[in-house]
Formats: sequence, structure tokens, C-alpha cells
Amino acid sequence: MALKQLSVFLENREGRLEDLFQVFEANNIEIHSFSLAESSEYGILRLIVSNPEIAKEELRAVDFSASLTDVVAVRLPGGFDSLKSVTDAVTSEYNIEYMYVLSTEKDKQAIVFKIKNVEEVEKSLEEKGFTLIH
Amino acid sequence: MEIWNEAKECMSRDQMTQLQSARLKKVVSNVYHNVKFYRQKMQEMGLEPGDIKGIEDLNKLPFTTKADLRDNYPFGLFAVPKTEIVRIHASSGTTGKPTVVGYTRKDLDTWSECVARCLTMAGLGKDDIIQVAYGYGLFTGGLGAHYGVENLGATVVPMSTGNTKKLINMMIDFEVTGLMCTPSYLMHIAEVIEEMGVKDQIKLKSTINGAEPWTEAMRVQIEERLNIKAFDIYGLSELMGPGVANDCEFHKGMHIFEDYFLPEIIDPNSKDTLADDVTGELVLTNLNKEGMPLLRYRTRDLTSISHDVCDCGRTTARLSRFKGRSDDMLIIRGVNVFPSQIETALLSLDETTPNYQIIVDRVGSLDNLTVKVEVDEKFFSDEIRELEKLEKKIAYAIQQMIGLATKVKLVEPRSIERSEGKAKRVIDNRKFD
Ligand SMILES: [Zn+2]
Repeated sequence: MALKQLSVFLENREGRLEDLFQVFEANNIEIHSFSLAESSEYGILRLIVSNPEIAKEELRAVDFSASLTDVVAVRLPGGFDSLKSVTDAVTSEYNIEYMYVLSTEKDKQAIVFKIKNVEEVEKSLEEKGFTLIH
Repeated sequence: MEIWNEAKECMSRDQMTQLQSARLKKVVSNVYHNVKFYRQKMQEMGLEPGDIKGIEDLNKLPFTTKADLRDNYPFGLFAVPKTEIVRIHASSGTTGKPTVVGYTRKDLDTWSECVARCLTMAGLGKDDIIQVAYGYGLFTGGLGAHYGVENLGATVVPMSTGNTKKLINMMIDFEVTGLMCTPSYLMHIAEVIEEMGVKDQIKLKSTINGAEPWTEAMRVQIEERLNIKAFDIYGLSELMGPGVANDCEFHKGMHIFEDYFLPEIIDPNSKDTLADDVTGELVLTNLNKEGMPLLRYRTRDLTSISHDVCDCGRTTARLSRFKGRSDDMLIIRGVNVFPSQIETALLSLDETTPNYQIIVDRVGSLDNLTVKVEVDEKFFSDEIRELEKLEKKIAYAIQQMIGLATKVKLVEPRSIERSEGKAKRVIDNRKFD
């Protein structure tokens, strides 16, 4: 089972990030990691949170465009130096659409990435001995 | 398909012109003698009832505007003693006083006749059970539709507006076959039917929808969604209420009941009469009304008129799908643009009714058009590249429709300004002085 990433459309206007964090605070949603992709007019905030389903519903209730995206989260056995081993393991078949850091904690370093065919990629990573995070 | 009143709906053009001319002469004489407002206007213009010999003299007559109705609040335009008036309707103006309309018993019969013609056009008859889901009250929608259904001899279920689930449950239990409501309410009903998962229990055949603008794309979309036939109805309380015109099964414009309403299309600026198939402002004259007949009422609705005989056999003139209000028309780089065209373009992209706003700016001497579109969950992507692709797709569809390059800007849901629940569709930042 893939990890659910919360994706939120954000217009580049004042106060929207505050609004978003307020929703999280009010619903006790913890942020584990995030990354922001932006164009000149808007951004997409991608987050790994403690309860993505509830976060999505609560955001929609206050007129955010939010959706859930399947992503792969994987531990890096030898820290960030082992990034190449992950990309080697997946990119021969598919392209990684985007990637960001999930954890920098020593010996627990992990990344998140989006790729087509998540299930297949997860299976092949597991077969190669990688640890997935769900 | 049946025709409710073949004698009136399938007249030859000559016969219709004769009937209209005779009725016009009568109504002009009536308002001249019984309504101070019209007598004064005509006297100012040096016009006497005898100067109007037929419909060819229509453009000699004065116009009537919404402001005239307000100025004569409440009963100033009535042409009969108050004892003859059996019903009053009123529309709430967005500014100032409401406008009031009075009906005699004969006017109510005329109205029911018109609505029965509309229902027959939609393939409904005395065997049908029809829900009326317009508001009942001062607004003409509910009661106007109601008595039309009774006149048809069908069974009316007076739902009014409100509890949608109750409406759907009754629709199933009573095996309702016809429905009259606004297009946006029909969309909402469709959503709730889908949520309830009862689509296969619905026996609905036809719906008649009006009282607010909608597009041909929306009409076709709702037909497919509910597996029904949807028809467009036009009306305005000033002239009568719903039932001034309705489209037949060929959907080539709405047949206007010309024996009661004499239509003209004018250029809203020069006020010149326009030819067939040229878009302009619809102007209507009541031909057979007793309570409050209006001469050349400026509807502000933009449409064109066609006199070709329709495949359904009716000879009455047809009004093309409304292109908006003359107040809404934008002229951008010399091109006439209507908000409804943008809506049509957006709907052509297989998305549900999108919320949009048109912004016109002038940079130097050049007009720039920006269309804001609210990002819907249905087309939200978590990749910038996909959203940019969508912006380009929308911009292309709009350009195809209006012939002007457009910048599309995606915005958050419900971020477009709304006033009284309605989205503000046009922001024109240009200065014209
Ligand atoms: Zn027809």
C-alpha cells in the first residue's frame, strides 16, 4: 500500500499558508515533511501528514483544492549517499516526477517520490531489500 | 409531437401580421386613453393612436424601461380599474423599489395558455405528472408554471423550492414525468439523484428550465446525465412571467408566442431595428394584455430573431439562445464578447460547470483579457506541468470561441468574488472617459 501525500493548490496571495496551518492545528494534524512547487501565479504544496484523509476533508471544507496522491516513501540504507541506489532501482523502468526529503534523522534518512505505477515500484524496491514507509 | 394551439402557432406570416397589427392598434389606443404615462409620452412625441396603422409603425412608439416601471410604483401603469385586477406579482429590484405587475382574469388565462403551449412543446400532456420547483409567491415562476400545468390537464405537484431529497423521493413515488425549475436547480437535483444512487428509479421524461441564463452545452450535458429531454423557456414578469417563448424538440431557438408578444431586436446603443439573425437587445410589446400592457419594453436580453419555418411545423418566430444581458456585453479590441461564450468554452472541456471571472485591463491602448478559473477537485493535479497544460487548453478553447487571445489564471475554489451568492462574472478595469 502506497503512502498518501496531501496535495494542496495554493494561490500566491497573502495569508493562505497561515489559513492552511490553522486547519492543521485545529485538527491536530502533524506535518512530517513537505515540499512546495511553484509557478509565477500559484503553488502546489505537497505534504506528508499524520492523517491525510481528515486533512483533505477539513481543507476542502474551507475551500482549498486538496487531493491525495499515491507516493513511494523509502529509507536510504546508507544515508543520502545511497540515493543513487534507489534511483537506479526504479528509474530504469519509470521516470520520477518529483522527489523530496522525508527524514534527515541519522540512520533513518528517507525520501518521498512520485512515480507512475507505484505498486509495481514498491514491490521491486522491496525485492531489492529496501525498507518502505507507509 | 403535438402542438397545443395549431391555429395560433402555425399561422401563415400574412395572417400573423394582420392579427398583430389589429392587436397593436387596440393596445396603443387602450394605453393612450387609460395610462397617463403613455399618453404623456406619446403627446410629447406628437403621436396619436391613429398614427399607428399596423406593426410597420411599431418603431414610432416610445420605449418602456425598468426605470419607468419603478417610477410608476406601485399601480401607475395599470390600464384597468383596480377592481379588475385579480392578482399581483412583484420582482425585487436589486436597487430600490420592486416592480409590480397586475393581471386581470383574462391575463391569467392567457398566461396559462402560453405555459400549456410550452409544456406541449416539451412533449408533455394530460397524462403526465409534473413537479413545479420554482418558488411560489411574488415571483412569477411558481404560480405561472402551476396554472399552466393545470390548464394542460396534467397533474401538478407544487413543490416550490427547498427540500431536494423530498422532491426526488416524490419524483420516484409519484412516477413524475415532467419538471419545471431553474437550470441550476436541475443541476443540483441531478447531483443529489446521483448521490442517492436512484437514477434507475426516475421516470422523468422532460424538464423545462429557465429564469436564469444557461448555455446549450449545459442543456445537452443535463440531458445526457439524467437521460431526459431538457427545454429552454423564456419569460419575464414585466410582460407576463415564464412562457413568453420556449424551444421545441429541434432546439433551434425558442418559439415566441407572437400573437401575445410582438418582438423586435434593436441595437442597444443606436436603438435602430436590426435584421433577422443579427444579435441585439430584445424589445417586446404586449399585444393582448389588459392589466398592464407594455409598449416596446426593453428587456436588456441579447438575442437574435429568425422567421424561417421550423421543422416542427410552427411558424412563430424563434429567439436564438440568449447571449447575456446588454449590460454584460464587452467590446474587447472591437470584438463583441459575451460571458456566456466563455462559459460555453469552459463547458466544452468535459468539466462540470466551472466558476470563472473575466477581467479586462487596458495596457497602453491594448485591451487584455484574463479569465480566472477556479481549480476544481475534478481537474486538480499535483504537478505544475499538468496545471500549465490545463491553462493552455482552456485558453485555446476560449480563443476558438471568441477569436481573441486570452490569459488563463487558475485560482482557488470559491475565491472568485460573489455578491448575494452569485459569482461576479465580469470585472472591467478599463476607463472610458
Ligand atoms: Zn420548432
